[in-house]
Amino acid sequence: MSAGEIDDVPEPSGNRRGFGAGLRRLLSAPKNSPAKTLLVPLLVSLVSAVLVAGAAIALRPQYQANLERNRQENVLAAAGLLEAGQSIETLFEQIEPRVVDLATGDYATEMDPSTVLEAQRVGDPLVSVAVPPELDLAVIKKRSRYAVVYLLYERERLKMIILPVYGYGLWSTMYGYVALAGDANTIVGLRFYQHGETPGLGAEIDNPQWQRLWQGKKIYGDAGEPVIEVVKGQAARSGEAATYQVDGISGATLTGRGVTNLLRYWFGEHGFGPYLKKLRERAEVMQ
Amino acid sequence: MRLQPKTILTDPLINDNPITYQILGLCSALAVTTSMMPALLMSLAVTAVMSIGGAVISAIRHQIPDNVRIVVQLTIIASLVIVADQILKAYAFETSRQLSVFVALIVTNCIVLGRIETFAMKNGVGASFLDGLGNGLGYSLALMSIAAIRELFGSGTLFGVTALPTIADGGWYYPNGLMILPPGVFFIVGLMIWAIRSWRVEQVEQPEFRIRHVHRTEASS
Repeated sequence: MSAGEIDDVPEPSGNRRGFGAGLRRLLSAPKNSPAKTLLVPLLVSLVSAVLVAGAAIALRPQYQANLERNRQENVLAAAGLLEAGQSIETLFEQIEPRVVDLATGDYATEMDPSTVLEAQRVGDPLVSVAVPPELDLAVIKKRSRYAVVYLLYERERLKMIILPVYGYGLWSTMYGYVALAGDANTIVGLRFYQHGETPGLGAEIDNPQWQRLWQGKKIYGDAGEPVIEVVKGQAARSGEAATYQVDGISGATLTGRGVTNLLRYWFGEHGFGPYLKKLRERAEVMQ
Repeated sequence: MRLQPKTILTDPLINDNPITYQILGLCSALAVTTSMMPALLMSLAVTAVMSIGGAVISAIRHQIPDNVRIVVQLTIIASLVIVADQILKAYAFETSRQLSVFVALIVTNCIVLGRIETFAMKNGVGASFLDGLGNGLGYSLALMSIAAIRELFGSGTLFGVTALPTIADGGWYYPNGLMILPPGVFFIVGLMIWAIRSWRVEQVEQPEFRIRHVHRTEASS
C-alpha cells in the first residue's frame, strides 16, 4: 500500500463520535483505503457467520430427524423388514434398541441408546477403546466401548438381532448392519449403507443378488470361533464349508477380504463375541 | 452492453448459455447428471446462489476494495452455498446424499464467480439479480437436458420412473453404460454444442488463426 493511498482516509469530521458516525465515515471513504481493505472483509465475514450459524441452528432438528430416520431405515433394510407403504417409524416400533458393553457382553442398562449413538457420532473419547493391532482385522484402530444393538422379539422369544459393523475395504471404511436369527449364529441379512468402494466392482456389495447369498450362512464354527468368509471365486456348494462361505464378487477380491475381516473382527472376541456367546447359552437353556 | 431486463434474463438460456456457449461449470455437469432428481436440486441451488449472490454483491460493489474483492465475493458465495446445503440436508435428505460434496463445490463453480466478476461488480442490484437468475436457469436448462439423456439411456428411467423397461427388470431395453460414466457427458455436451451452433450460426467462433496455404514457389523464396 503506497503512502499516497493512506492520505485518502478522510480526517475525522469534527467531534462526531459513536458507531453510526464511524460507519458513515467508513462508507464515504474511498473504496481502496487501507481501513476499508481491512474492515469490509471483516464486516462481510461477521454478517456471513451470523447467517450461516443461524441457518445451522434453525435446520439442525430437521437434519437430525433425517439422520435418525435414515439409521432406522438401514437397520430395517438389513433385517429385511422394510415394507412398501409402511412408514419407517411404525415399522421401527417393533424393534428394541439395547446398549451392549462389548467387553463383558452384558447389557449396559444404565446407558441410553441415543446417548451412546450421539457419543459415537461426535467421537467422544470417554466411550472409545483402542483396538490392539494384533486383533484389529477390520483396521479401525479404536471402537466404542458400547454398541447399540437392535432386537426383534416374537411372542416373547428373540427372533432377530441386528448388529452394527464396520471396517476397511479397499479404499474406504464400509459401514453396515448384520441381522442374525435368534440362534445368534445364522445370518438373516447383511447390508452396507455407506462405503466408497469402486463403482461396478467393490460397490457391488450393494447388489441385492449378492446380499441374498448371505441368507442362512452361519457365522461360527464348531469351536465357537467366527469362520464366515467371502471366498475368491465360488463358494463351496456342499459340505461343511457351504454353510459359512459366500461367493466373492469378481474384480472385488480385496473388498471381499475387507468384508471377511470386518465380520471376523466384529464377531470375534474383541467384538460381539462375548455378547453373542451369552445369547447362545441362554437360547440353549430355554430349549 | 445489453441492459434490457428481458435480454439479461433470456440471453443466458441459449444464446449465452453458461455450459454450451461460455463452456463453464462442466465439472459439476459431469458429476450430478446421472439422474434427473440430483440435477434438479443442483440446478435450484446454483440458481438461488447466483441470483441472491449477484444481488448482494452488486448492492455493496462500491464498498468492496479492489485488492480483496475475491475474498469478499467468495465469503458471500460460500455462506450462501452452506445455507443452501443445509436446506437440502434438512428437506431433501436422500438426494442431498447423492449430491454429496458437489453442493459445497458450487463455491468453486466458475459460472458463479464468472458472472459476479463480469456482471454484478459493474451493474445495479436488479440487473445483477436477473443476470444471476438467467445464468442459473441457463445452467439448469443444460443440466436437466444432459440428465434427461443420461438417465433415460443409462438407466431407462426419468425422475426414477421407468420409461424404457430394462432387461434386468424383465423389459427389452439394454442400458447404455457409457451414459452413466463421466466420459458420456463429453459426448452429450459436444453433440449439444454442435446442434446449437448449427442452429444459431452466430455462436460459431472465428478461428484464432488460419493455416495459410502457400504456393511452392513462395515458400522457397
